[in-house]
Amino acid sequence: MNQPASAYFLEERHDPNETHTLSVLVQNEPGVLARVIGLFSGRGYNIESLTVSETESQKHLSRITIVTTGTPMVIQQIKHQLDRMIPVYRVVDMTLTGSSIERELAMVKVRGGGDHRVEALRLADAFRARVIDATTESFVFEITGNSSKISQFIDLMRPLGLVEVSRTGVAAITRGPEGM
Amino acid sequence: MTDKSHDPNQMTGAAMIVRALIDHGVQHVFGYPGGAVLPIYDEIFQQSEVEHILVRHEQGAGHAAEGYARSTGKPGVVLVTSGPGATNMVTPLTDALMDSIPLVCITGQVPTHLIGNDAFQECDTVGITRPATKHNWLVRDVNDLARVLHEAFYVATTGRPGPVLVDVPKDVQFATGTYHPPRKSDVHVSYTPRVKGDATQIRKAVAMLANAKRPVIYSGGGVINSGPEASKLLRQLVEATGFPITSTLMGLGAYPASGPNWLGMLGMHGTYEANMTMHDCDVMLCVGARFDDRITGRVDAFSPGSKKIHIDIDPSSINKNIRVDVPIIGDAGNVLGDLLQVFKAEARKPDIKAWWQQIAQWRARNSLSYRKNNDIILPQYAIQRLFELTRGKDTYITTEVGQHQMWAAQFFGFEEPHRWMTSGGLGTMGYGLPAAVGVQVAHPDSLVIDIAGDASVQMTIQEMSTAVQFELPIKIFILNNQYMGMVRQWQQLLHGNRLSHSYSEALPDFVKLADAYGCVGLQATKPSDLDGAIKEMISIKRPVLFDCRVAALENCFPMIPSGKAHNEMLLPEEANDEATAKAFSGGKALV
Repeated sequence: MNQPASAYFLEERHDPNETHTLSVLVQNEPGVLARVIGLFSGRGYNIESLTVSETESQKHLSRITIVTTGTPMVIQQIKHQLDRMIPVYRVVDMTLTGSSIERELAMVKVRGGGDHRVEALRLADAFRARVIDATTESFVFEITGNSSKISQFIDLMRPLGLVEVSRTGVAAITRGPEGM
Repeated sequence: MTDKSHDPNQMTGAAMIVRALIDHGVQHVFGYPGGAVLPIYDEIFQQSEVEHILVRHEQGAGHAAEGYARSTGKPGVVLVTSGPGATNMVTPLTDALMDSIPLVCITGQVPTHLIGNDAFQECDTVGITRPATKHNWLVRDVNDLARVLHEAFYVATTGRPGPVLVDVPKDVQFATGTYHPPRKSDVHVSYTPRVKGDATQIRKAVAMLANAKRPVIYSGGGVINSGPEASKLLRQLVEATGFPITSTLMGLGAYPASGPNWLGMLGMHGTYEANMTMHDCDVMLCVGARFDDRITGRVDAFSPGSKKIHIDIDPSSINKNIRVDVPIIGDAGNVLGDLLQVFKAEARKPDIKAWWQQIAQWRARNSLSYRKNNDIILPQYAIQRLFELTRGKDTYITTEVGQHQMWAAQFFGFEEPHRWMTSGGLGTMGYGLPAAVGVQVAHPDSLVIDIAGDASVQMTIQEMSTAVQFELPIKIFILNNQYMGMVRQWQQLLHGNRLSHSYSEALPDFVKLADAYGCVGLQATKPSDLDGAIKEMISIKRPVLFDCRVAALENCFPMIPSGKAHNEMLLPEEANDEATAKAFSGGKALV
């Protein structure tokens, strides 16, 4: 990690940006998501994807998965800044654990007929996307996978009559028997 | 309480708030009433354990509470109403967050059924103050109130201290519920600040210190926040190691200014010897400071040849601005205690005679020198005289923000912690006068002086009325140069001497103003008058506004120009037009 630039150093020198997926276990209390998002906007950090939902309702625990980019020093700062928030229990850098699984779900609406319709179905089958809604002139596909697979599928649908996409953002979990 | 229930813990939300304050040992609350806090004020009226200090503006309450907290080590408590009461608190809350001052702010809120309706004096208090507090709460159920209040005190005062806010809707203040005294389970389970440092890291640090040839200790506000014990341990460590020590603005007083190893403050307006020692050292021990931009100057040229040890209670302070070699997470006092013990057991005082000889040469540059003047009072001279004439007295100093603040830091020697209250991180003009009010409330028999500037002091001058009402004999020592001196200095150095709006065309007559407020006004215009006037000020047992007319165009040196390194300081005798223009070239965009 190199020393970053500062307010006193105009010719900024940047380490290459890295993309990290962070799992954040928080107390599910009012405003907790606003706190996390406010931290990112207030300190100028990036959010590529953010997913949040209650995971243990008895204990009022929510799990936030954030995909962010930054230099290694910024990523370290983000983790420390998250960790010191009062309602945050734990922050785990899934990218550093080396063995995490990341999944995202997308619903993809495609409109068209004839060859385009047949081609869309064929590709969906190759990507293991399911048809969850159909009309005579459209399909809605449900596809699950890592983000790049989903992006690839969407790119393929574009010339075939892509109407719109709804993506959930990334959820992540480590492999093996241990929890976070 | 008109409650007929026999359970003494059944009470209204408003009564719970006052009870919780008492249970947490709060003796003074700074505040201002309004519609949404009337039930609480009604409870305050009916008891005598908590004294309420009525300010003239909510910002004054916040800064007074900061002064109170900083000078006692106890949390400062503020009570204000909803809407404008809460928004006026944003500045002091942010100030306290930046300087790690424990504050508990209780705000009234419109009744829960009106929240979100744009009701009269409604604002999204928790939303607005979220980035200005360490944590905040909106309490919607009276039965949560006791737990939240106890948690608020715990969060404010533990770990890295900071301001917290509890927003209480008016219907919750009226509702009856169950109170319980503070207990362990009131603490947020996810909040576990680390106090004790890692033993392996401490050993590593000791090994580095023991082998240092050119060491320096750089201490900060964290040592003060940790409590008097930390300052004692810091002094013992300096004694045991024989190392030179410098400090940030916030850390002044942890090591005595009269101590033999003291280098003076470091940073933008620090001494030449402190900054050169930092730049050339081989081992740096940073205790409770955060390498902020006023300290480091240009970061890629900051102390390039040193190994750095960083003790801090906040992990997010580590490697934020400067990469360090041995981070130790923990409370400054706790870690210093362990470090000292290991050092004494396993290491000997390293021989650093050559290093001290080098430092002596830097000291000989006498970087705080200024030319004497028999006709006009120089601001540096005024602070020096104030220091000399208050020596040995039980003195507390607060400041506003600007040139006078830097001169106070340079020329007033602090021997003890908790004696110096200044707005370091946020740089809030208008901090000093209300902070002095808070300090004087906590220390009624001490000499409390706000070293002020003519511009800053006008931002919260209305609090003179508070001082008069509560018979707080604060001394407001105004270095009056009729300019916003630091703004003007930067315009001279960086903006071609175009003094855009930094001259106060219509200053009040401070002596008459003092009279109008019912306090005492004094003025000194000549160096020969100064000592007499200061002595008179000290002897008056009432609030004083002291108008000290000083040289209008004096600037604050030495200075590290923006974008420059510690070894590129501009010393006062070198600050001619040409050298200044060269030193400041290219730094315009910087702060």
